[in-house]
Amino acid sequence: MAEKVLMKGNEALAEAALRAGCRYFFGYPITPQTELAAYMAKRMPKVGGIYLQAESEVAAINMVYGASAAGARVMTSSSSPGVSLKGEGISYMIGADLPAVIINVQRGGPGLGGIQPSQADYWMATRAPGHGDGHVVVFAPSTVQEMSDLVASAFDLGDKYRVPVMILADGMLGQMMEPVALPEPTDVQSLPEKAWATNGHGGKRPHNIVNSLYLVAQQLEDTVVERSLRYSRIKEEEQIAEAYLTEDAEIVLVAYGAAARISRSAVAKAREMGIKAGLIRPITLWPFPVNTIDTIVPVAKAFLTVELSMGQMVEDVRLAVNGRRPVSFFGHTGGIIPTPDEVLTAIQRVASGEQLDLVPYQSKLTGGAR
Amino acid sequence: MSARTESPSNEMAEQRSKILFERPQALTDAITNYCPGCSHGIVQRLVAEVIDELGIEGKTIGVCPVGCSVMAYDFYACDMVQAAHGRAPAVATGLKRVLPEGVVFAYQGDGDLASIGMAETIHAATRGEKISVIFINNAIYGMTGGQMAPTSLPGQVTQTSPYGRDTETAGYPIRVCELLSTLDGVALAQRVTVDSPKNVRLAKKAIRKAFEYQIEGLGYSIIEVVSTCPTNWGFSPMDAFEWMRDNMLPYYPLGVYRDIKAAKGEQ
Repeated sequence: MAEKVLMKGNEALAEAALRAGCRYFFGYPITPQTELAAYMAKRMPKVGGIYLQAESEVAAINMVYGASAAGARVMTSSSSPGVSLKGEGISYMIGADLPAVIINVQRGGPGLGGIQPSQADYWMATRAPGHGDGHVVVFAPSTVQEMSDLVASAFDLGDKYRVPVMILADGMLGQMMEPVALPEPTDVQSLPEKAWATNGHGGKRPHNIVNSLYLVAQQLEDTVVERSLRYSRIKEEEQIAEAYLTEDAEIVLVAYGAAARISRSAVAKAREMGIKAGLIRPITLWPFPVNTIDTIVPVAKAFLTVELSMGQMVEDVRLAVNGRRPVSFFGHTGGIIPTPDEVLTAIQRVASGEQLDLVPYQSKLTGGAR
Repeated sequence: MSARTESPSNEMAEQRSKILFERPQALTDAITNYCPGCSHGIVQRLVAEVIDELGIEGKTIGVCPVGCSVMAYDFYACDMVQAAHGRAPAVATGLKRVLPEGVVFAYQGDGDLASIGMAETIHAATRGEKISVIFINNAIYGMTGGQMAPTSLPGQVTQTSPYGRDTETAGYPIRVCELLSTLDGVALAQRVTVDSPKNVRLAKKAIRKAFEYQIEGLGYSIIEVVSTCPTNWGFSPMDAFEWMRDNMLPYYPLGVYRDIKAAKGEQ
């Protein structure tokens, strides 16, 4: 294991991308992903790469599209409102089967929202990263170490399946500092060649075309179905989740990213109090780790999803649990981070048999029923 | 053909027939979707001829965004990338930054370049991206059936300016070459047309220069081709050229608006 260094999450992610062979970065300034772009601006010229500050998020993602079409490992990063703007380009990349890594260091929304940490873009990331029938693979780091570790996986997986991959972080993970062991650098020359790339045919092969347009309906259906078969393989083979104290857990929390850190503390406290709590931490949000949920349903009595949103991933938990157990929700949004004690209270109430749908100002939302 | 009936053998016929005109190698044999009499066909061919003459097909990547030329990925024999509406300069930027030794051209229409993609255009130009842009200005949205374009003339009747473009409400057309000529990143900005053999030759010369300037690493080049859209203008091909000469060329004068080499006294 390499020596550990103290780094911000955003910087660790950037450095890991360079070490994964990423030599092209296109972005546009936005908080709270700032350090990531700044790190790239500083380091890219030193490693013979390109950092380019685009005129807009729209342009940045389309530069990514072009660089990926040329066969390069390429990345862009942004935060929530900026990722909305990238939606067009992400859809085109899905349609043209172009891999790239897209970082979303989430902040509160909708609209301009705020700049505090949030998980309000779960739906955008997992359901509709752009228009059309398509997905991006979504990774959710929970530590600075994972901000680093997941980057190489994201590039590899994108290349393997020819899909864009999103790393869905949040302002807390981006800004916090933790010790991190950085990965060994990948030799850029050793990366597998992309036979489909539009990098000049050199008279050696027929021309390559990168395209998402199919005016004949049957052709479009065929391409979407072919891609969906790849999605099926991804769902089968690429689910990742961490299970913490779930072997005998009766109350199973499901949380990712920053919310998982807090939930973990709350689970430990609950255990001290004699409540058999555990935590499933999805590391891939798409594909959602339904297999892990499945294995835990027989032991569990109830599930509790904790998010920095009004409840988005909870829908996937409910789909995975499929009515076999009650699924409760606890969340804060707008940049408010719940304390472990708040989560602990929710665990206690679920343990006492309540089914919760706890969001801020519950009494106002429900007309004072609680 | 008469050569066959007159000649006793094919071998002799081959000797006697000299090929005077054929498809450039840089074009595939795909049938284009362009309407009869549309100037797209001429310009697209000129680009292919230039690619052939410079011997760069193997290292050329074309970018075709949304518009009538969106399917140009099937027409050119070099590597091709289809781009989102207006985003060709950004996509070309990504390609060129990865392939600095490659030749990247974007083939854009007026709605694409001067409306939805104006930000990408201006910024690629001011960055001096080493790309060549072929800009078809026919003052209308062709692919979607004839709506008002950013370059539609005052008073021009289109599907979305049925009473004529009213400058009070719809503003004025954009003169792209003039606009871009103020930017230091631009190596070449020239407006041409293809309404006569002479002008076709001039247009080809300009397109060739745009590619040469890219290869020399001089910066962003744009060749604006004042073009026709007989179908959506509602004219025959010849009448369309007539209308273009009478109405478009006074508003969009032909000429060189910026030439970094000429400015330095080179030729």
